[in-house]
Amino acid sequence: MAKEQWLYTDKVLEHFMHPKNILVDEDAYEEDGKGMTGNIKCGDQMVVVIKVDRDKGVITDCKWKTFGCASAIASTSALSEMVRGMTLEDAYHVSAKDINKELGGLPEHKIHCSVLGDKALRAAINDYYMRNGMEDKVKREEARIVCNCLNITDHEIEEAVLEGARTFYELQEMTKISTVCGECEDEATRLVELYKNKHFCEV
Amino acid sequence: MEKPMIYFDNNATTPIHPEVREAMIEAMDVFGNPSSLHGFGRKARMYVEEAREMLANFIGASPDEVMFVGSGSEANNTVLSVLTGSCRECRFGCTTGRGLVTTTIEHPCILEASKCLKEKGVDVSYIEVDQYGKVDLEQLRDAVNESTALVSVMMANNEIGTIQDIRAIAQIVHEKGALFHSDAVQAVGKIPVKVRDLGVDFLTLSGHKIYGPKGIGALYVRKGSPFCPLIRGGHQERGRRAGTENTIGIVGLGKAIEMREKEMDAEETLLLGLKKRLREGIAQTIPDIRFVGHPTDSLPGTLNVSFDGAEGEAIILYLDLEGIAVSTGSACASGSLDPSHVILATGLPAECAHGSIRISLGRENTMADIEYMLEVLPRVIGRIRDMSTAYARRQ
Repeated sequence: MAKEQWLYTDKVLEHFMHPKNILVDEDAYEEDGKGMTGNIKCGDQMVVVIKVDRDKGVITDCKWKTFGCASAIASTSALSEMVRGMTLEDAYHVSAKDINKELGGLPEHKIHCSVLGDKALRAAINDYYMRNGMEDKVKREEARIVCNCLNITDHEIEEAVLEGARTFYELQEMTKISTVCGECEDEATRLVELYKNKHFCEV
Repeated sequence: MEKPMIYFDNNATTPIHPEVREAMIEAMDVFGNPSSLHGFGRKARMYVEEAREMLANFIGASPDEVMFVGSGSEANNTVLSVLTGSCRECRFGCTTGRGLVTTTIEHPCILEASKCLKEKGVDVSYIEVDQYGKVDLEQLRDAVNESTALVSVMMANNEIGTIQDIRAIAQIVHEKGALFHSDAVQAVGKIPVKVRDLGVDFLTLSGHKIYGPKGIGALYVRKGSPFCPLIRGGHQERGRRAGTENTIGIVGLGKAIEMREKEMDAEETLLLGLKKRLREGIAQTIPDIRFVGHPTDSLPGTLNVSFDGAEGEAIILYLDLEGIAVSTGSACASGSLDPSHVILATGLPAECAHGSIRISLGRENTMADIEYMLEVLPRVIGRIRDMSTAYARRQ
């Protein structure tokens, strides 16, 4: 008989039941950097704050708050533990895939929720750089237009992959990409593969 | 202390009634094909026809107007599919238009089927509902015209429990010369449903929402209504639905109906009492909430409530960890990130739709269950709000 499955792994469950590093009193917390992402209208929003050891460039504390589902709660709880003691540079490059690995794998349709935390963290790191006159270090994730006819960017393609697109045709159904001149089909197909690998493989 | 297991998700499905279970176990030995002429077949036929009579009687129909199907979804799809599948022989929509009018709060099986019809060229329009989830009768009157073949409006909503004025709707539809179908899966066995009083042409019901088995439903087709089979290839169900009868399921449905006949009234009193306490308890202990659905025209056991700043899936999973089973209208947990179409249709903003849960009570629930819920829920909501970006605690 098939075993009864909790939708999430034990590790996700543990972080969900006892979330770590919640930002309880936002006003009293003296953060060095703050980042926010998501939107409550879409059902998920995330705030991440960090404290930084200026000399070493290392994150000493990371706290968060969310309006989000179990995956968002668990993944950000895990992230907040992971980045403590990490250099800003390393923390900036923690991906949803790393968090997912740490958690032992989220259900595929919930990966979307786990990107919130690392997105907010990157915003918090950039905010720290801005506050400390290190604008040159701010990394901008500039979007590049892939589909010139419909103005669809690589960011939008990445979002669509996170939302479930696994093939060019699924991407097309979701975004209408490449339905005018059709020139970007190869490029879009390549990007779908790239983002699939980035977020979903080798967990 | 052992964790309690409290089931508050009776609109999703119900536990089997002990008497239904017994009747089904007995029916397992009645293996004959109801279509066979010999004794084995005749015995099975008798079981099937007994259930049909029980069911027909319960909804005020005659037995030959009741056909058994595999699910409520099948019944609904069958009715809608006549709009494109019908031929001259089926007498449906061949001479008049083939338009469909339905509502924005139907079950996904109606919404998806109607979307498909639209793609096949059927003219489909959707009536909106008010803040309580009631169909706007004036809009209905305007939407139904000479090219409308069928109108489909659910009797009671699965997510918020709102009950429609089906009699008034049927009257408007018939004045305009169209046929009327009602998906009564959440209504039959919970509130009185008599097809002739209501004036419906088609009506869908299902077994597993009323303590019967899954995989069995029924469709009422008023005598004289045009009809077009979805599944062809056999003479079963008077040629309206091919496939050997699911004797065990049919017996289970029949027994479930028999038990509804006996227990429905007392259960209504029980559920209304439980819901009243639950509603008052939530309102007293948890600030910043809103109840969704009609305050009085509502299923006795359904309560939908939205909590500011708390996300529905998180609420459900924290409650699950405490041994309480409820569900969310928001489909986040089931894979889609879209908020409930029903709650959005009542005009509430998306963030409320994301923060709502459905508590649906049933015959096995007790006041002790409600008190336990009232002890756990404020704690769960408080905990989620403490980590919420969308909730500022009122001092």
